[in-house]
Amino acid sequence: MSALAVEGLDVRHGLLQAVHGVSLQVAEGEIVALVGANGAGKTTLLRTIAGAHAPYSGKVLLEGEDVTAVPAHKRVAKGVALVPEGRKLFTAMTVDENLRLAGAVGRKGDWTVDRVLETFPMLKARRHARCGGLSGGEQQATAIGRALMTNPRVLLLDEVSLGLSPLAVDLVYASLKGLIESRTTILLVEQDLTRALGVSQRVICMLEGRIVLEGASRSVTREQVTEAYFGLGRDHNASAGKTS
Amino acid sequence: MSYPGKITIERWTELSRTVAIAAAVLVLLLALAPALMSANVVDRLTTLFIYVILAVMWNALAGYGGLVSIGQQAFFGLGAYFAIRLSEWGIPVFPALVLAIVLVGILSAPLSVLMLRLRAGEFAVGMWVASELLRLLVNLDPIIQGDTGRSLIALSAFDAGTRRSLVYWLALVLMLLLLGAVFVLLRSKQGAAIQAIRDSEEAAASVGVRVRRAKQMIFVLAALGCGAAGALWLATSTTFQPRSFFGVQWTAYMIFMVLVGGLGRFEGPILGAVIFFLIESWFGAMGVWYLIGLGLTALAFALFLPRGIWGSIEDVFGLHLLPVGYRVRMEEDIDESGSSHRPVAEMSDT
Amino acid sequence: MTLLNAIIQGTLLGGYYAMIAVGLSFMVGVMRIINLAHGSLAIFAAFFLLVLSQKFGISPFLALVVVLPAMAGIGWLLQRGILERSTRAGPLVPILSTFGLAIVIDNLLFEQFGANTQSLAPSIGSLSYDSWALTDTIYVGKLAVLTFAAAVALLGGLQLLLSYTTVGLAIRATSEDPDTAELIGVNARAINATAAAIALVTVAIAGMFLAMRATFDPYAGSLQLIFAFEAAVIGGTGSLWGTLVGGIVLGLAQSMGAQIHPQGFLIAGHAVFLLILFTRRFWTVQSFKLLAGMLVGSRTA
Repeated sequence: MSALAVEGLDVRHGLLQAVHGVSLQVAEGEIVALVGANGAGKTTLLRTIAGAHAPYSGKVLLEGEDVTAVPAHKRVAKGVALVPEGRKLFTAMTVDENLRLAGAVGRKGDWTVDRVLETFPMLKARRHARCGGLSGGEQQATAIGRALMTNPRVLLLDEVSLGLSPLAVDLVYASLKGLIESRTTILLVEQDLTRALGVSQRVICMLEGRIVLEGASRSVTREQVTEAYFGLGRDHNASAGKTS
Repeated sequence: MSYPGKITIERWTELSRTVAIAAAVLVLLLALAPALMSANVVDRLTTLFIYVILAVMWNALAGYGGLVSIGQQAFFGLGAYFAIRLSEWGIPVFPALVLAIVLVGILSAPLSVLMLRLRAGEFAVGMWVASELLRLLVNLDPIIQGDTGRSLIALSAFDAGTRRSLVYWLALVLMLLLLGAVFVLLRSKQGAAIQAIRDSEEAAASVGVRVRRAKQMIFVLAALGCGAAGALWLATSTTFQPRSFFGVQWTAYMIFMVLVGGLGRFEGPILGAVIFFLIESWFGAMGVWYLIGLGLTALAFALFLPRGIWGSIEDVFGLHLLPVGYRVRMEEDIDESGSSHRPVAEMSDT
Repeated sequence: MTLLNAIIQGTLLGGYYAMIAVGLSFMVGVMRIINLAHGSLAIFAAFFLLVLSQKFGISPFLALVVVLPAMAGIGWLLQRGILERSTRAGPLVPILSTFGLAIVIDNLLFEQFGANTQSLAPSIGSLSYDSWALTDTIYVGKLAVLTFAAAVALLGGLQLLLSYTTVGLAIRATSEDPDTAELIGVNARAINATAAAIALVTVAIAGMFLAMRATFDPYAGSLQLIFAFEAAVIGGTGSLWGTLVGGIVLGLAQSMGAQIHPQGFLIAGHAVFLLILFTRRFWTVQSFKLLAGMLVGSRTA
């Protein structure tokens, strides 16, 4: 049984269909990268898994348990945490307050504010600073730390490198290493293909709401991903292909 | 993709043409009412016309301008006050009534500049505060004598029958003028602008709509309308009491009419006014319970049927009586017999 | 010395205004809702306290033990039953539905209690008229001082709640971004209902102090709503301590106005409110520094 599974998920924004019949599985401790152009449905998919968006049809399963009807705040208690696109910190509150709140309302577990600060040492000096005044990298670290404070079984990361300098991204990914080694299940959306392939075991590419490529990160070539990413070599009527 | 045939843009449908003719006949009948109907009916119709004016004005402000105001009673009261003041200065009664309305319009222009700078919620209650301030200032005028009020004495120069008819016709004319003004406004370029603003101010501004100007026009029009209603109410009730004319219950009535009839529709507020008129005729004597009923109904509509009765009818049947929108007709819709089918695309005042 | 008296009375009155305003401001800050039934609910609480005080011969302060939890419950129901639904229908719909609610409350109270003016003063004995003499000519009412102190305590309590408790953090997070709050485990709907409950508790306390220092009748809610709104907006809507600043400014304006003309009390209050509202964008920190500099007569940096 996989840590996270999605079956035939169909998600709409009003009349617009963002996700078409997507199914995927993530095993425990696995890291899967989700790539695709803007508008491919990646953020919508993550938000639906986290419970922030209700699907039109299909299921979301957490370690076999059907959580499709469970509202977002209760899903956190079941072990899903999303680091949203754009960080979405509570800017009027301090780093400490953002972390403490998540710790108080999330799942109970090993993560503490101190442990988060150890994982992201850059935040130590900014502990009591208002989040609105932090740099991009610091904000991203806080956002990830906030999600960690809920002691998730499955961590969803949406574009953590967006808007950050390369150095900041390096720091963020370095901090993630520890997470990776502790065998947290991670599904991450990443624009930077090299990083995505470098950090993950499996990669899934989405295009216009469908999965068009799925394979092991080591064996899949850049050309294959690029083709799938842009929908090249694909007719208007042809369906998605899979490579393992 | 280009379309090879002819495309015409239509404003009128068959249904709306029929309704327009029916409306014209109705207006003719109404004009003859003082000669045909009893005094009581004429009085009640005058009241109905005033309610229609109020409903259409509040609807124009909120439904089309997106401006919810809890303070329209300011203009209602001012319309009546100016009429009293002008009459005291010796101006003949009926010109005084009309001039009072004009004065309200003039005063509302600079007021609009100030009030429109406020955000939605603040505008709503800010108008209420402005209304209270105006009431207090009006109270300072020695001729008003506080809450005792002042009568429009000059009206007693006419005998009851003549007075009743004159006020009736004035109400009918003003109602038609104001309805016409709203209708013309909505069909015009400004009207499209106004609806665009209501839907999304930012988007409208980005395509060049003069947001500020459009809102000001609506504000002044609504002020004129409420001022007219106030002047007319004075003419029917003769005595001006600040607390009553500047009372927030007028806004309560307006909100009720527009919520029940349908916010944002043209036909809706008219329906709401008629419904309110009937409810008041039947239940008004119940005093407090009547008011509680009004409040509960407004609350229920706001929660469960926010588009009002007419709005719901429109949603279900796609019915538009008055032609305020645009319809695109493609050439193929006209078959050999020359009759036309349903058009391809329809954009109406949503 | 009447001027000094007016200043003191106006400032103390500001304490009451802060109390009546804080609940309104809270709801705007957290849920973006202007509750037009706010004043009517304060009057409802006042009547509730009156009935209990008269029926059981107890002090209103003791009656609060029953009234406060009841008002909290009403706040919860109000949010879940009416306000939540209204907000979903559109941003301006809550104004309409709370306006309808205010009419219902006002008239139900009238139906029950009639037009007579009431007061809680009889139930608090000499507190309603006792005063301290600061000098031969300056007196401050004990009740006025108590009201002001209670206001400060209330604001302080709310500040502590928001800064140090989990509920407070959750409220601040939800008011900024309810969607993201849900993603970390906050039940946004429950938090909004809690905020409404807190707001109505403050409304009840304000209603009590109003009824102790003045008379009230079923239709007194509208004016209290206006005062609350004015105080909240002057001090900056959504700001906790701003309601105290706003309240004092309003109280002072009214006090000064009363010196000039019998109607001046209300006129000055409304006029100052509108004036501040229209010139608000000039009231930045920079301009305050400039103003302070000019008054002190020193050079500004």
